[in-house]
Formats: sequence, C-alpha cells, structure tokens
Amino acid sequence: MENRPLEYDYTVAKMFMLTTVLLGIVGMLVGVILAWELAFPAVNTFLGQGAAEYTNFSRLRPLHTDAVIFGFTLSGVFSTWYYVGQRVLKVSMAESKFLMILGKTHFWLYLVGVVAVVVSLLMGVTTSKEYAEFEWPIDIAIVIVWVLWGVSIFGLIGMRREKSLYISVWYYIATFLGIAMLYVFNNMEIPTYFASGGIGAWWHSVSAYAGTNDALVQWWYGHNAVAFGFTVPIVAMIYYFLPKESGQAVFSYKLSLLSFWGLMFVYLWAGGHHLLFSTVPDWMQTMGSVFSIVLILPSWGSAINMLLTMKGEWQQVASSPLIKFMVLASTFYMFSTLEGPIQAIKSVNAIAHFTDWIVGHVHDGVLGWVAFMIMASLFHMAPRVFKREIYSKSLMNTQFWIQTLGVVLYFTSMWIAGITQGMMWRAHDEFGNLAYSFIDTVTVLHPYYTIRAVGGTLYLIGMFLFAWNMYKTMTAGRRVEENELQNASPMAA
Amino acid sequence: MFHWLEKHPFFFAVGVFVTIAFAGLIEIVPNFAQASQPVIGTKPYTTLELAGRHVYIKNSCNACHSQLVRPFKAETDRYGDYSLSGEYAFDRPFLWGSKRTGPDLLRVGNYRTTDWHENHMKDPASVVPGSIMPAYTWLYTNEADIDTAYAEQVTVKNVFSVPYNTPLPMKDGSKETVALADTLEGAQASALEEAKLVVADMKSKDIQDAVAAGKIPEIVALIAYMNSLK
Repeated sequence: MENRPLEYDYTVAKMFMLTTVLLGIVGMLVGVILAWELAFPAVNTFLGQGAAEYTNFSRLRPLHTDAVIFGFTLSGVFSTWYYVGQRVLKVSMAESKFLMILGKTHFWLYLVGVVAVVVSLLMGVTTSKEYAEFEWPIDIAIVIVWVLWGVSIFGLIGMRREKSLYISVWYYIATFLGIAMLYVFNNMEIPTYFASGGIGAWWHSVSAYAGTNDALVQWWYGHNAVAFGFTVPIVAMIYYFLPKESGQAVFSYKLSLLSFWGLMFVYLWAGGHHLLFSTVPDWMQTMGSVFSIVLILPSWGSAINMLLTMKGEWQQVASSPLIKFMVLASTFYMFSTLEGPIQAIKSVNAIAHFTDWIVGHVHDGVLGWVAFMIMASLFHMAPRVFKREIYSKSLMNTQFWIQTLGVVLYFTSMWIAGITQGMMWRAHDEFGNLAYSFIDTVTVLHPYYTIRAVGGTLYLIGMFLFAWNMYKTMTAGRRVEENELQNASPMAA
Repeated sequence: MFHWLEKHPFFFAVGVFVTIAFAGLIEIVPNFAQASQPVIGTKPYTTLELAGRHVYIKNSCNACHSQLVRPFKAETDRYGDYSLSGEYAFDRPFLWGSKRTGPDLLRVGNYRTTDWHENHMKDPASVVPGSIMPAYTWLYTNEADIDTAYAEQVTVKNVFSVPYNTPLPMKDGSKETVALADTLEGAQASALEEAKLVVADMKSKDIQDAVAAGKIPEIVALIAYMNSLK
C-alpha cells in the first residue's frame, strides 16, 4: 500500500478546464464582434434595432475584457492550480474530503459569479472602473470565491509531502495575495441604498475615492491586475509545464529567484504609467515611468530562463506543437514586456496614450503570451487527466499557425493605427492651427480596424479548433497508460 | 534565506505581501488628502446631472471617450484648458477613460449644445459624417433613474461631506449653491424642473410630451450632464 504511486484527483481541475475553453470562446467571440463594430458600425445592430442596447460597442466592451480576464484566464489559472498544486506538493486532493468539497464549492460559486457578471454588464450595471466594473454584491461574491481558493492553496500546502515549495507555487501564492490586496482596496465603495435609508437601486454604490485619488487607486489596481492575473500565474504555468513537457531541468534556480522577487518588488510601482500627463503628482508619474523600465529585468529574467531551459533541445520546437506554443508564448512575453516599458517612457506615452497602440500592446500580451500558455497547459494536462492521447497533432499545428497569424495581424495593424492617430492629433499646419479635425483621425483608421478584425477572427477560429481538439481528446482519444505520460505528451497524427 | 523561506510557506507569504504592499503605500498615501480638494468653480452635481452621469456610465461612454485634457498645445487647442486635479473633486468614480476612439469630453459643455446632442445621439453619422459611433436610440425611451441619483447625493453628502446647500466660490467671484432636497419627492420635483429647462432646447415632440407628463427620458439627463462638463 505504502509503495503505490499517488493517484492525483483532477475532478476540480477538469471542471475549470471546461470553463477555460467555454469562457475563452465567449470572451473572444465578443471581442471579435467589437472589432467588426469598429470597422463597420452597422454591425452594432447585428441583432436588430430592438436589441441594439445590448449589442452596441460600449455595452459589450466591458463584457469582452472581463470575460477574457476573469473568465478565460482565471479559469485557466484555477484549473492549472488544481493540477499543478497536487503534483508539486506531492499530495492528492482525494486525501482530504474538506479540500475536495471546498474545491467544488469554489467552482460552482465561481460559475454563479460569472453568470451574475454577464447579466449585470449587459444590463449596464457597472461601476465604470476598468476590470472592476462589478457592483458591490458581485464584489462580495468574488471575495468569497477568492478566499475559497486561498484556503485551497494553503490547505494543500499544509498537507504537503514535498517540504520545499516549487517555483510555480511561489507564483500561485503571489497571485492569490496580490489580487486579494488590489481588489479589496480598489473596490472600496458605499452602497447608496443603505447609506440613504433605502432609496433607489439596491445594487448601486459610490466609490470611496474621488477624482484623482480614484484614478490613482484604479490604475494601481488596473495595472497590477494585469501583473497578478496575466503575468504572475502564467509564469507559474510555464515554470511547471515547459520543463515537464520538454524533459529539461529549469535552466537556473538563481535566475528564477531574482526574477520572482524582482517582479514582486518592481511591478506595483509601475501603475503610474497609466496616468502620465494626468493630474496625479509628477513624482508618481516619474516613478511609474522609471519602474516600468526596470521591470524589463525581472520579466526578461523569467523569459530567458525558460528559453534557456530548451538549450540543446531546440529540435523539439520543430517536432512538437505543444513546445511551439510555449516557446512562442515565452517570446511574446519578452516582446510585450519590452513594448510596455517603451510605451511608459513619457515622450512615447504622449503619442501612444489613448490610441490603439495600447490596445495592440494588451493583445500581443494576452493573445500571444497568456492565451498561448494557457492553451499549452491544457494540452499538456488533457492526456493526464483524461488518460487519453491528444486527438490530433496536425490540428494543433494548424491552430498554432492560424492563431500566430491572427496575433501578428492584430498587433501590426494596431501599431500603425495608434501611431497614425497619435501623430494626427498633434499635427499643426503652417499657421499653428490643428491640421486635422477629430473625425479625420477616425476615418483614416478604417483599413487597420478591418485588418485587426480579420486577425481577431483568425484567432477565434483557432479557439474553435482548440475546443474541438480538447473535446475529441476527452471523448475519442486513444487510451494511454501511465508510462506514456512521463514527459512529451502523446498525440495522434 | 530564500531556501528557508521556500520551506516555510507562512513566512514566504508574509514576505511576498510586504514586498508588494510597499509600493502602494509609498505611492498612494502621501498626496491623498491634497488631491481631493476642489478648485474654485468646481461644484457638486445636481440630481439630474448625476442621473445623466449614471446614464453615461451605464452605457460605458468612458470606453471610447476620455475626460482628461493633457497639458499639450494640441490638446488645449482642441479641447480647452488642461485638467486640474481639483476639478475632479466630486467625481466618484473618475471618468478619465483610457482610450479615445471618440474625442475628449471634459469640456464638451463649452462647445456643443443641447440640440446638437439630441441629433447626435440619435444618429451620430448624420451630424458627424464618417462617425463610427453607434446610435443610442434607447436613451429616448428609457427613463432616467432619479431615485438612485438622489440616493447617491445623500450618501456623498453624509459620508464624504460633499458641500450641497453651501455657497461655493465661482471663477467670476460670485457664489453659487447647489441645492439638495430634503426628501425624495423634493428631489424628483427639482430634477423635473431642471429637465424642463433642457427640453426647452430640444426638438422632439415625444421628449417634450414625456417631460410635460412628469417623466424624464435618459437622453434629457445625459444632456444635462454633458452641458455641465465645462
């Protein structure tokens, strides 16, 4: 009995895998609709005049960002945690009834939260703060979901057989703590219904901060929600899945130490770069700008550590689509964490801020790095949780190239659009008058908006291929034995 | 030290938390009290304006329109004076936005009229050829939520001491008072009076009839808010 290998229990991991795929499709589908609406405004009423209130750009926009961040990405984070956590801590969820129930409660409450978010955003119930649009009842639900996850993390850690915490666990812990702190402070709000003695809508609240302070807290949150939602947990994934899939040891422990603690220290300072030339004090703007540049070090530290992990094994990039996804994700991480600091330089920001270049930056990060890494993680997990071979390698390859093309079209068109518009806004003629009216700077973007919409559509097509491949793996893949699951994931041609 | 931390999750977590909380404390706390002082000429929103602000938020206008004029010649030429921190003292939440798919609106009240907004929101491209803004036709039929706006006014007055019913200094040296009714009924009545002033400049018969019948469509509240942005 004692010598039997551990049987990990992936029930909760599987549940979150399902929502990763579903909410990924929902979030990106809404994104594609938005992209076409900007290119061709008639699309705003694609379900007819009657539904226009719920299908127009502005009502759908928060739904897109929140579905991708809190739907797709967080599901990916949770599902990989419930997979990786057990394996690196050498305990099984099945060993604790309490953690099992907790994990399932975590999932179902999360799902209730998702439904509440979708309904409320479509109704226009929003606080307007980006990525923190939810009104107070949903905020409370989110805090509960988060605490459940925290208990699950520390519960599993408390039971662990492996005494030393693996690098990925550091990053999961940081994700939990970071988001908890940021979310609570940014969503300080007072329900008006109770404060006014029962007048008006019960769900409405008013921010505890005003004006410039509100902006400061919001972008301290907004920037670091990106840090602790789109960077930290994704680094957790790549530190586990890339070495595992490639059979290579992590290149350098010291580099991972430096990158982790460096990232923790530097990231929070950089939020000020969203507020350059605004009314927040100059010294904060400068701090935001300077620390954004410093941020290149820990970001590239992780990325280089991952790329060097592949040292001597580069042929795997050619032979395995799964490694392709991860190496490209790592590359996009480097690219995106160089682009961001460039945009945070004050003189560049003067042109880039408020333009599509920022949108482009977000998307090369999220589509190229976050989504690629999450999908790669799920591809690696699928054979192990379903005990089946990945259904189709060629489909994976097709997906990879379609989506890569999609990302490239996306960010190149947004670069051109952003810089074009930024330059036109500031252009003066020979008499010192503004050279262009605002609408000139909008109509000029039409071709780029169209190219972006095509890029987004390609990426969405890739998502459908991904969903199909996962579904077929789950239901029709060849059954595999434990000994086929050591490193490289088994995949059928 | 790091090896030791990696074997002691509690202290590891404490270490991470201190490292990440540090920056927030240093950046946010020092200027907190100073940044929220209103400048001369800044006054709190009336009930109707606040209801309009809620319409603005409900439709995520801030997804495409900023309310922040940066201190560049190109921006002050296009939009007017650059933003001052105190101008936002009564903005909860702030609505600076992060993307200008459409133009900045911080001072839109200086150069657009009620009439212009009425036509524009119904069919943007008819007023600005080439506009990619969608039409917001439902604003003409949905009713504005005056009750919630009043609840918010009462809340910010009680909790954050927002100066309603207090004479405030204006730029021309005069004093102005923004009245806040004692009761919900009083607030509804004063919002309706304000709505009548807005509607006097509107052309739509349906809107005029609605207001005459004591209803306030969302568009009227939104225009009242737009006109207050100066």
